[in-house]
Amino acid sequence: MALEKITQTSGRGVYVPGDDLDTDRVIPARFMKCITFDGLGEFAFFDARAAAKAEGQTHPLDDSRFTGASILFSGSNFGCGSSREHAPQALYRFGIRAVIAESFAEIFFGNSITLGMPCAVMSGQDIRAVAQIIESDPEALITLDLLEGKLSIADMDFPATLPPHAQEALVTGKWDAIADLLEGIADVRTCAAKLPYMAA
Amino acid sequence: MDSIQRTIMSQTLLDKVWAAHAVRTLPNGSTQLLIGTHLIHEVTSPQAFGMLGDLGLKVLYPSRTFATVDHIVPTDERQEPFSDTLADAMIKALRKNCDDHGIKFFDLPSGQQGIVHIVGPEQGITQPGTTIACGDSHTSTHGAFGAIAFGIGTSQVRDVLATQTMAIRKPKVRRINVNGKLSPGVYAKDVILHIIRKLGVNGGLGYAYEYGGTTFDAFTQEERMTVCNMSIEGGARVGYVNPDNTTFEYLRGRNYAPKGADWDAAVARWKATASDPDAVYDDVVTYDAADIAPTITWGINPGQAIFINENVPLASDVPEKDRATAEEAYAHMQLTAGKPIKGTKVQVAFLGSCTNGRLSDLQEVARYIKGRKVSSSVKAIVVPGSQSVASLAESMGLAEIYRDAGFEWRGAGCSMCLGMNPDKLVGDQLCASSSNRNFKGRQGSPTGRTVLMSPLMVAAAAITGEISDAREIFDIK
Repeated sequence: MALEKITQTSGRGVYVPGDDLDTDRVIPARFMKCITFDGLGEFAFFDARAAAKAEGQTHPLDDSRFTGASILFSGSNFGCGSSREHAPQALYRFGIRAVIAESFAEIFFGNSITLGMPCAVMSGQDIRAVAQIIESDPEALITLDLLEGKLSIADMDFPATLPPHAQEALVTGKWDAIADLLEGIADVRTCAAKLPYMAA
Repeated sequence: MDSIQRTIMSQTLLDKVWAAHAVRTLPNGSTQLLIGTHLIHEVTSPQAFGMLGDLGLKVLYPSRTFATVDHIVPTDERQEPFSDTLADAMIKALRKNCDDHGIKFFDLPSGQQGIVHIVGPEQGITQPGTTIACGDSHTSTHGAFGAIAFGIGTSQVRDVLATQTMAIRKPKVRRINVNGKLSPGVYAKDVILHIIRKLGVNGGLGYAYEYGGTTFDAFTQEERMTVCNMSIEGGARVGYVNPDNTTFEYLRGRNYAPKGADWDAAVARWKATASDPDAVYDDVVTYDAADIAPTITWGINPGQAIFINENVPLASDVPEKDRATAEEAYAHMQLTAGKPIKGTKVQVAFLGSCTNGRLSDLQEVARYIKGRKVSSSVKAIVVPGSQSVASLAESMGLAEIYRDAGFEWRGAGCSMCLGMNPDKLVGDQLCASSSNRNFKGRQGSPTGRTVLMSPLMVAAAAITGEISDAREIFDIK
């Protein structure tokens, strides 16, 4: 199962400020009543977008200046809470191809990598600097370079990193572990046979 | 002692369980970890079965896979087909997938259906020294038995179905000691809310939490489950307590627990999985049980918590990095910084969930509400965590006590914890809730407000119609 080697991703950016943006925020649970992930994109940040609209404001994801943006910037502990893969699936299907934050919750991070959606860490200061550039020039092209560990925008480079194992998984096209896991099936059976509770 | 022997002698439970279940090291350095027990439910498994079909794969160990239905089941009108056609499609899909793959399904008519994290333990499926995965972040609950239990995403559910393994990196271990006796009216729920308040909602990132100390030694098995359940709210994907006689006595005689000579052998093995006395931890923190008071959340994440008699913190008293979230929380919760939260009007009281929907939770509250009445301004519901909990509680007369007090006695499920079934907040209702998350929109209404607390504090709020100190309402000294 050959997967694409994800060495970089380019596109325009959108900044959704806030810390601890949890997975109920990314996709409210009531939209998880489904048996496929198809069509989840429209529910990304559904309540936050509706709340902004109700207050006569525009959520960044509904702001026409950022339509088509594929790199999402946010604050710290992004994706905390539920293990729902519906959250990264909703972002991916909305058109997001990389998320940049000060830090990520662990399960969200793993789920995203498995979809081939890089989650890179930048400092809060750098994220806010990039957000200002995006605000003044929504068309600015952004490149997240996974090999170099940097994010480029408007002739500027910022450190943007992933833990080595995740970075390697993406750049070598091994971000979905299933092929590797299947190769180990014989060893799995050996290991299981040694455990009384699995033999019973 | 030579160094090898010392290394062997100073292992944590995590070290031992990891070593026994590590199949091999993957090229990127992750461990291919055997998952001995896979628990599945209707929300995060259908897509995984779909992926399995697309790849032409089968379930490798159907006998180590167990299913139940919890998130979407209505707790009042439970006849099928459900009026919600999406929910109905989900239970049918799970039933078909279990049939097709030969998986044990604790289905609605079984009398054993319930929240996955309540069913596993009460069936005796959850055992010490095992690895457990489930497509639900509160899988850490099972760590109360000395299991290493992970919440996983749907692609990993696929991985575990197909290979009984997943790719994962070994976490660090933080030992969290709580010592001493809790004051009357203070519960396991207060302990975990206090821990999360102290360590932060992302303080556990990269860690497994090992809970211990004399407070945990004295806890019942169900109290340990309440604490382990919310590990993920502190950012720790795994939380566990070392198994002891409390654990073994809880498991003895349960459906899937070993029997006869196998039981004795299992107990010997289980004892040996506990962390060694000289185990080395990556971090250690210690709290005094006597310092913990009834704890409730005031904000929009479980770390935004205070003692019942404290005021909502001022933005200036919050670390600068948390200030924006605090401001957002004041606005959402309609609370004023610097003012008490006690006395805030409550419209809904929810007693249930995988955190606090067990028999001991229902028993403890029932002791105090006899002869009391739910406020006319409050809708109060009790949702047993499983059909087994419900039938035990009913046989003990608890359902009558709740009904007499004005609570609605419901069928088993996740109910109002997360708004995936008909039990939802409406508008900006404020819910006194024994559940685990107070995220915006969590209970089904985007503007709904959740205040997390212990079951007895929920009962106090139900009776007074406002956030109250249960110790005062029930005269607990």
